[in-house]
Amino acid sequence: MLSKRIIPCLDVRDGLLTKGVKFQENLDLGDPVEAARRYYLEGADEIVFYDITASAEGRGIFLKVVEKVAEAIFIPFSVGGGLSTVAQMREVLLAGAEKVSLNSAAVKNPALISEAAAAFGSQAVVLGLDARQVTGPGCPSGYEVVINGGRTPTGLDALAWAQKAETLGIGEICLNSIDADGTQDGYELTVTGLISRAVSVPVIASGGAGSPEHLYDALSLAGASAVLVASIVHYRTYSLKELKGYLKSRGCPVRPVV
Amino acid sequence: MIAIIDYRAGNQTSVRRALDCLKIPSLVTGDPQVLREAEGIIFPGVGAAGQAMEHLNKTGLANEIRALIQDKRPFLGICLGCQIMLDFSQENAVATLGILPGQTKRFEPDILDCEKRPIRIPHMGWNEVKTIKPTVLWEGIGAKDQFYFVHSYYPEPQPRLTIGLTEHGLEFTSFFGYDGLWAVQFHPEKSGPPGLRILQNFYDYCRGRGYAQ
Repeated sequence: MLSKRIIPCLDVRDGLLTKGVKFQENLDLGDPVEAARRYYLEGADEIVFYDITASAEGRGIFLKVVEKVAEAIFIPFSVGGGLSTVAQMREVLLAGAEKVSLNSAAVKNPALISEAAAAFGSQAVVLGLDARQVTGPGCPSGYEVVINGGRTPTGLDALAWAQKAETLGIGEICLNSIDADGTQDGYELTVTGLISRAVSVPVIASGGAGSPEHLYDALSLAGASAVLVASIVHYRTYSLKELKGYLKSRGCPVRPVV
Repeated sequence: MIAIIDYRAGNQTSVRRALDCLKIPSLVTGDPQVLREAEGIIFPGVGAAGQAMEHLNKTGLANEIRALIQDKRPFLGICLGCQIMLDFSQENAVATLGILPGQTKRFEPDILDCEKRPIRIPHMGWNEVKTIKPTVLWEGIGAKDQFYFVHSYYPEPQPRLTIGLTEHGLEFTSFFGYDGLWAVQFHPEKSGPPGLRILQNFYDYCRGRGYAQ
């Protein structure tokens, strides 16, 4: 039976983590390669990096980070943040990432998805979808796509966009709720369930994790295939082992941590 | 030295990095001469069967691979490299290498998982491989170990070739072949410590076969 995945997410700026990650000895790590390696050894099923670097120079540094990560961990990892051309995606994949995540650029130019899928295969292309709850006739699902890190509303219906992206060749969707993000009050289960039921590709729930129950709810009730976790593991509120132990005790299939 | 066949199908470098970590000498190559000098061959791959076959046929690598297997050179096919050892693939409806009897089929979206929900396609993530036969490739692997999969098509070799099975809505063969010619649908190079153990086991087998230069 396919296991549900727990995926730590690391934000990188100019080659360093934006927030330090705490490990067992209460060590705060700023080095993304070392943090990735620790999570790998602690049983992460996958790792996501978001590059929030603005400068061209910083991007070069980030590619070096990707190369070093690829030499240090032997689980899949994906990279997102500002990718807008097939050439940029190729750089990241050649540096050793398994997947690239497209967000704002795909909204502005949906053909980018099909170009990327044709060049690298659907399995390598993730749609990063930031959604927020809205009312009004423009978005019948009740959720709108927002871009540029959640700052810019698009008027695009989140459900319709997810389905369109699937048709264009996306291999997976990472669904981030802007409303829930940072709250630690739990994943937004309504939108997660809505989109999860409407597409056949795996959906990763993102935004709002604060307790092990939240992970269970997204995976079991809302039907997500995976959950993205950040603060809850970075600040060591819970270890991956504890989170997986909890999910297992509730009958949710997970890959055991050795 | 292990040769990793380069046929423009993706993940050769991931496999090389995993072998580097194990200090196993390897070369990524499409050169038949180098393949002939290797102690063992890894045939990796992600991507589409049609494109891969076109490249293998055009470059003559298809015949080279058949000859090396005839010559009993230790061989490990991974993911697409596992599927195209069979006769035919439903992906792009293409004739594949025909080294082992069987075909590659598509996961149909109407299959239900154990929660009675339609299965996710691609089959992406960690899953178990239940082995039904002993093989040296599996030495040191525990029953609870899981492996990383990502694929929308699955191999269906002749049942006598099945070594291991995996469940995703249906039970499919995720590991097949015989000693010296193995095919795995999952990615050992992305499956953490148990995956690395499989690559080490493969190398140890190769060392014992006497093709060392």
